[in-house]
Amino acid sequence: MAKVPVQFTLNGAEKAEFIDSGTTLLNTLRDKIGDTSPKGGCHQGTCGACSVIINGELRLSCLTLAETCNGAAITTTSGLSEGGVLHPLQRAFLDAFATQCGFCTPGMIMAAKVLLDQTPNPSREDVVEALSGNICRCTGYEPIIQAVLTAARSNSQNAA
Amino acid sequence: MALALQTFSTVKDANAALKAAGTRYLGGGTLVVRAANEGDVSVSGFVRSTEPSLSAITVSGGKVSIGASVTMAAIARHRDLAPLARAARAVGGPAIRNMATVGGNLFAPAPYGDFTVALLALDASVSTNGGDLPIETFLATRESHHAIITAVGFSLPLEGGFRFLKVSRVKPKGVSVLSIATVLEQAPDGTVSSARIALGCMADRPMRAKAAENALLGRKLTSDGIAPALAVASEGTSPVTDPIASAWYRNEVLPVHLGRLLLA
Repeated sequence: MAKVPVQFTLNGAEKAEFIDSGTTLLNTLRDKIGDTSPKGGCHQGTCGACSVIINGELRLSCLTLAETCNGAAITTTSGLSEGGVLHPLQRAFLDAFATQCGFCTPGMIMAAKVLLDQTPNPSREDVVEALSGNICRCTGYEPIIQAVLTAARSNSQNAA
Repeated sequence: MALALQTFSTVKDANAALKAAGTRYLGGGTLVVRAANEGDVSVSGFVRSTEPSLSAITVSGGKVSIGASVTMAAIARHRDLAPLARAARAVGGPAIRNMATVGGNLFAPAPYGDFTVALLALDASVSTNGGDLPIETFLATRESHHAIITAVGFSLPLEGGFRFLKVSRVKPKGVSVLSIATVLEQAPDGTVSSARIALGCMADRPMRAKAAENALLGRKLTSDGIAPALAVASEGTSPVTDPIASAWYRNEVLPVHLGRLLLA
């Protein structure tokens, strides 16, 4: 089968690849581009481990076909740190021991980033709602929620 | 193996391509890509259309038209669709709501398809290029439906006339034990003058609780007034049994939740 071209911006960098038509964004990111931060958990839209941000919206890369992302701006967790300095969310997850096995972490951080981009000072309920599509099988939800709230406070202190 | 995607600028061309065996229409991907990922060998390719009208919401003179590609998130944040926001937010988590479409929800098997329960209560019409169908007719024959849904249409309910409830064990997001949507009109003395009650998960697709609707007519929304409706709420149901709940459990708790919704 002939390959099809896809082109999008990944964490600010232009990417262009030839892929098999119908390939998911998750497989394109991981297998073609080498960004393994989105994880393939359930491939059913249930676990949220593959979450990425497409044009500012949280999406599941396992259910998104790469061809539908032509021209899009995609953000993954691997694009958050700058110059070796962790993003406040990453720092807060580490400090709060919110990672545990780490498999759900990139998806959690993506969901949290969208929340903080839209709601800089979220309530606990806001955080729970924002993370409601992401499953942590270590069941470490409490440290994760605390980490997001800590990152929000840290952001607002930096902005002050 | 990847399944080829064909993209068309018009619904007409996409409809033609959809005639090929094994092709599925790709909306948000939360049903058909999921099926392909799960190894559903009946799926051999995807077809989609980028026609702009599929993504349009129009509200005019109390009439609503929602394009089939409109997402649950777009409905939930639309100023003129505030009564429906609760039903749109009942679908999935934030990422799913950014992807899942109205058109796809019409095909979602139980325990999914909560938004379609709301559309059934609202007596929506389902549009294709070939014309409009009442939602009940569409739901009864949806497996054999091969034309692309272009939009759903309905009249905005009167202030406070629409109610929606989704029951799930996991909060805030969980798969439905059941969902209920009602559109009620009341006479000046408070008695119910018309009632549409739609149920999710009480059959393999959304259904109306017609016995309960009839039992509500002429009654007030009080504990005593709704008692006859609750007594017949499970009439005609055949709930699914799945890891979320058994059919027996769903039938047991339906009157409880319907009562709470009617008295809310």
